[in-house]
Amino acid sequence: MTATAEPAALSPSVARLRARFGEAILGAAVVCGDTIVHVANGQAHDILAWLRDDPAEQFNYLTDITAVEYRDPELPLEVVYQLRSLDRKADLRVKIPLDPTKDLEVATVWDLWKGADWLEREAYDMFGVVFTGHPDLRRLLMWETYVEGYPLRKSFPLRGHFNRAEQTRQALGANPEAHYSMEELSIAEAYTELPADMRERLARGERGVLR
Amino acid sequence: MSSRTVEMELKTPTLDAEGRVRHAPLGVSNSAYDDGVDSERMLVNIGPQHPATHGVLRLVLELEGETVLRCIPHIGYLHSGFEKLGEYRQYNQLIPLTDRTDYLSPMANNVGLALAVEKLMGIELTERCKVLRVIACEMSRVISHIVWLGTTGIDLGAYTPFLWSFQERERIYDLQEAWTGARLTTSLTRVGGLMADIPEGWEDGLREFCRTFPSTLDEVDTMFTRNAIWIGRTQDVGVMSREDAINYSLSGPMLRASGVDYDVRKDRPYLDYETYDFDVPVGEHGDIYDRYTVRMEEMRQSTRILEQALDRLRPGPINVDDPRVILPPKSRAMSDMEAMIYHFKQVMEGVKPPAGEAYMGIENPKGELGYYMVSDGSAKPVRWRIRPPSFINISALPHMCEGALLSDVIAINASVDIVMGEVDR
Repeated sequence: MTATAEPAALSPSVARLRARFGEAILGAAVVCGDTIVHVANGQAHDILAWLRDDPAEQFNYLTDITAVEYRDPELPLEVVYQLRSLDRKADLRVKIPLDPTKDLEVATVWDLWKGADWLEREAYDMFGVVFTGHPDLRRLLMWETYVEGYPLRKSFPLRGHFNRAEQTRQALGANPEAHYSMEELSIAEAYTELPADMRERLARGERGVLR
Repeated sequence: MSSRTVEMELKTPTLDAEGRVRHAPLGVSNSAYDDGVDSERMLVNIGPQHPATHGVLRLVLELEGETVLRCIPHIGYLHSGFEKLGEYRQYNQLIPLTDRTDYLSPMANNVGLALAVEKLMGIELTERCKVLRVIACEMSRVISHIVWLGTTGIDLGAYTPFLWSFQERERIYDLQEAWTGARLTTSLTRVGGLMADIPEGWEDGLREFCRTFPSTLDEVDTMFTRNAIWIGRTQDVGVMSREDAINYSLSGPMLRASGVDYDVRKDRPYLDYETYDFDVPVGEHGDIYDRYTVRMEEMRQSTRILEQALDRLRPGPINVDDPRVILPPKSRAMSDMEAMIYHFKQVMEGVKPPAGEAYMGIENPKGELGYYMVSDGSAKPVRWRIRPPSFINISALPHMCEGALLSDVIAINASVDIVMGEVDR
């Protein structure tokens, strides 16, 4: 076995970021050949916008947005952006460390990359990270009335918070009309034609509460 | 593919003098219908159980006449929580899960996962393993594209190419089955190598396939490429401009059809792809037709790569000589104390990468498939993130459908080439 002899050199973008943003760059490292930059939450949006637009950086392609929560509760929960410059053929991983015991809130990058739309919705759905300024931050993979929590958090048990009986009860008691959102029903003004009790159930929306 | 020549030869009434598609007879003009006709908007629900949604995609459409004003996609009907499940599995136990994400290219998914863990551990593969993995990836590309071709043809009303393409698919599935024992859930790779070497005489089967397969492509080409109906349904429909394609993070044939020359195999090479001689087809208009031509050409290029890979296939070990990741041979495990300890530790504890993280992107048939692995030094990943190409490609669907006709929605959705197993994971 031979370890890959990749030079552990930081991407030159890191020095430029430090020169431009100073204290907001919390740290940088090279892991498995990839450069990782940790940035402060407050200035993250400015930094990402600068990385996209600066002529020396040109990180015009957003490969991925996700979040990582470690098993060690001392470590921060990280929101991870994989950036790429298609022209320079360079990659950069930007991380925003957050305190997992507090509210998770970062600014949306939907205004920079439209591809962030579903990626941010998924991170919200799975981790509960709120992307402020996102135009339509709803659950994506889980249904909209799902109340058990955020599945990829380490505090979430593999089988969910509710026991199997409760999950079955809720599935059987699901309200089929709730498969349309109020917004969708308003398209054809179908909402006004529903019976009153159905309208009431729809308006409530919820199928259960976290106990 | 610098300019379009095909439509100029056609003198069909669906095309105007410049060879552009005429939508006028179908389009709904507001002014023409204002008098007397109530312009009530309609809510149309497509799916989740509908064959044209390629699985369990559900679209809620707001229509005015036949024109789509708004498209609201709903996904998650096939959500299996693979990423969560992966945190409770050892690294080699993730491989069967990757089969079930994009189930039209399971072998390529297997390769991607193994490469990500190997990047995390700094493992250098054996020569034969790399070549076999290239063969696996390119076979998957052919399978995936040929299913796309057949099903998209059906969506647009062409039944015959579907039969031809599924016949070819059957032949390559036979090869896949002979190698891995499975047609769909291959679980081909292991960290540091492969589950099995190819059986004897298998290369001849693949060579035969590479020799005869392009003639089927030629037949489909004859049926589609200059067909007035096909051109009318696909050209200038679902257009993504170059800027939009980048901004929406599209990848794979979707990105290249919009004129962006980016292929992970060329630009971030893995498995020695830089040493293979192949071309990357790039489109120009970013519409369904260009996606079709890009995929057709990719299949031909895949055959080229397959032939080159077969040529350089030499006898040798398929697994690295590293007891951290590969089980010792059973005969040694029963006779040699050290080998038995390694065997025991492998079976009981599994592969243990050092603490760290790695992102590995590979060029899957649908686009860039990325695996982002975070390890804390234990045998199970802290985080296993799949960057699903068809999930990100389909997220641009509302943008492509706005202003299109209802019938175009089916065509656009087909052109994205989604697999819901991967979209929902």
